[in-house]
Amino acid sequence: MEIGVIINNEEVTLQVSADEFLADTLRTYGMLGIRKGCDTTSCGLCTVWLDGKPTLSCSILSARVQGRKITTIEGVEKEAAEFAHILAAEGADQCGFCSPGFIMTVLAMKSELKNPTEEEIVHYLTGNLCRCTGYAGQLRAVKKYLGGSLL
Amino acid sequence: MFTIDNLVQPETLEEAYKILTEKRNNTILGGCAYLRLGSQRIGTAVDLSKMNLNFIKEQDEYIALGCMTTFRDVEISPVLHEYFGGVLPKAVSNVVGVQFRNIVTVGASVYARYGFSDLITPLLALDTEVQLYRGGRMSLEMFLNKPLEKDILATVFIKKSAKKAAYQHLRKSASDYPILNVAVSNLDNQWIIAVGARPQRAAISRHASEELSKGNMTNEKIDHIASLVAEELSYGTNMRGNAEYRKAISKVLVKRAISEVLQWK
Repeated sequence: MEIGVIINNEEVTLQVSADEFLADTLRTYGMLGIRKGCDTTSCGLCTVWLDGKPTLSCSILSARVQGRKITTIEGVEKEAAEFAHILAAEGADQCGFCSPGFIMTVLAMKSELKNPTEEEIVHYLTGNLCRCTGYAGQLRAVKKYLGGSLL
Repeated sequence: MFTIDNLVQPETLEEAYKILTEKRNNTILGGCAYLRLGSQRIGTAVDLSKMNLNFIKEQDEYIALGCMTTFRDVEISPVLHEYFGGVLPKAVSNVVGVQFRNIVTVGASVYARYGFSDLITPLLALDTEVQLYRGGRMSLEMFLNKPLEKDILATVFIKKSAKKAAYQHLRKSASDYPILNVAVSNLDNQWIIAVGARPQRAAISRHASEELSKGNMTNEKIDHIASLVAEELSYGTNMRGNAEYRKAISKVLVKRAISEVLQWK
């Protein structure tokens, strides 16, 4: 079936099957920042924003997003690069496979939470798994990125 | 592998129910987070997202939750934070991550009666009713105990009151499925104790709830109630814990939940 969606502010028409998930559709379309790192809907690597909200694109049927606005990491390049530099400087980025999904969630958190506590940050980011690290570097980077009283 | 031949987005519940019941393998879609892990071969998948069923409305006597309301909507709802000590936002906030909770729906979780549900247990401890398209309106407890028929769970209604409630759970790690969960509520010394993830679906411990409602709240009494709950309900074994373990921790969680409610001013 044919669906019309807005991907990174661009109107796009896509051909999808009824049981196709958005992560696969978007990767086929060229959005290779989307990864799949689990088979259990729990790793957060496939995070995209659907109408501004971070969601797991591995679990959203493409046919259901007709007319909706999708933002991938390719659509927020500048903001993503800014945080990615801090992430790398804190030594948090190792294999990097989980970084795009993590970055999308961090950017969403920044716009959703005002002056979050460390506990609130950890809670918001719990759905992003990193198999290389112990999350300490990521947390340092997030605090530095958000600035304010957390530093 | 999970497959779908056809996907429709009807605009009325009537139309959705008609399509749902046309063929045996036609299915209503919730958030798909769990459905996709299975191997169901769906003929026509019925998506309810074009019916404005994503809402949390405060009515005169009830708080109404549309079936397409997501767990994240519940988690950040000002109304649900205001009532029952925010027990519902607190309970669902443990489910995987924000991105997952932005997908999974109230209707699918309740209708599917998932044993591991973090939502059903506190809903049982509140005065909750469900509105089914064909089956009509009934208490959540009645719905959970009746044989499952193909239907559409349209709305969840929670009776507004000054009920005090608490939610306790044990997990191997944050965001994992609960090994066991407990919700306790009290309004005018009428207590309800519900236990879920046993791993069977949540149930109310009626005898223990009645005994607790008789008052005389000493530490010994609470210990006794916790033991009654452990004896009254059945527990099972799965990869997260065995029946004996669940029975043992149910006493601890029940005691903590009762204590938490008693500490409310």
